[in-house]
Amino acid sequence: MVKVEFLGPIGREPVEMEASSLKDVAKKLKEDKELASWLDKCAVALNDTMVNDLNTPLKDGDRVSILPPVCGG
Amino acid sequence: MEIEYLFYLLFVVVNMELYNGPLEVKEIFSRWLDDEAESNYGAYIPFVGTIRAEDGIEALSFDIYEPVLQKWFNEWQERAKALGAVVKMAHAIGDVPVHTSSYVSAVFSPKRRVALELIDEFVEDFKANAPIWKYDVKDGKRIYAEDRSTAMSGAGLLA
Repeated sequence: MVKVEFLGPIGREPVEMEASSLKDVAKKLKEDKELASWLDKCAVALNDTMVNDLNTPLKDGDRVSILPPVCGG
Repeated sequence: MEIEYLFYLLFVVVNMELYNGPLEVKEIFSRWLDDEAESNYGAYIPFVGTIRAEDGIEALSFDIYEPVLQKWFNEWQERAKALGAVVKMAHAIGDVPVHTSSYVSAVFSPKRRVALELIDEFVEDFKANAPIWKYDVKDGKRIYAEDRSTAMSGAGLLA
């Protein structure tokens, strides 16, 4: 199982899912229409490191964070 | 080796400061100045971000994801170090009323040119890639400042 958490304004509780890569996570999140509408503008971190490859493999206990558009300062 | 690594972590964490509510700008800048008084830097360039009264807001409010922010900041520390410089920053969490400060940063460097260029790049990259979310506070309600926010690099990976 991996844990997916939604940061800032997305305002959703974390979910746990079976996923062997980020591709699987994408597929599952897209089943939720409201979440799907966030995905094109969100960046992704795996265990607090930013990632850019959809084929990134996942293992049991990994934590995937979904980061919406930012505006510090 | 382990001791050295721990020391490094402590050193880095000391330089990024997060506070609940508005920043004590004068205290922070004067402390940073004192901290580097004997470091032989020729230039110290501070930046202050102040909440402006506009569109009827009472305050801005901020969420921060600290683990990723710390990594982003550590990379900037390394970049500054390679130029013989130091970057510092402090940011507010939660509500920050108008006319108070939510963000300060600074660069110390041996000569002015490096500091002038670095403060520009550092503050701009901060706006684009630091994992911080901003909300307008109106009538006590928090409204995500979506139209002023920027998608981080790599956004859309899961779309």
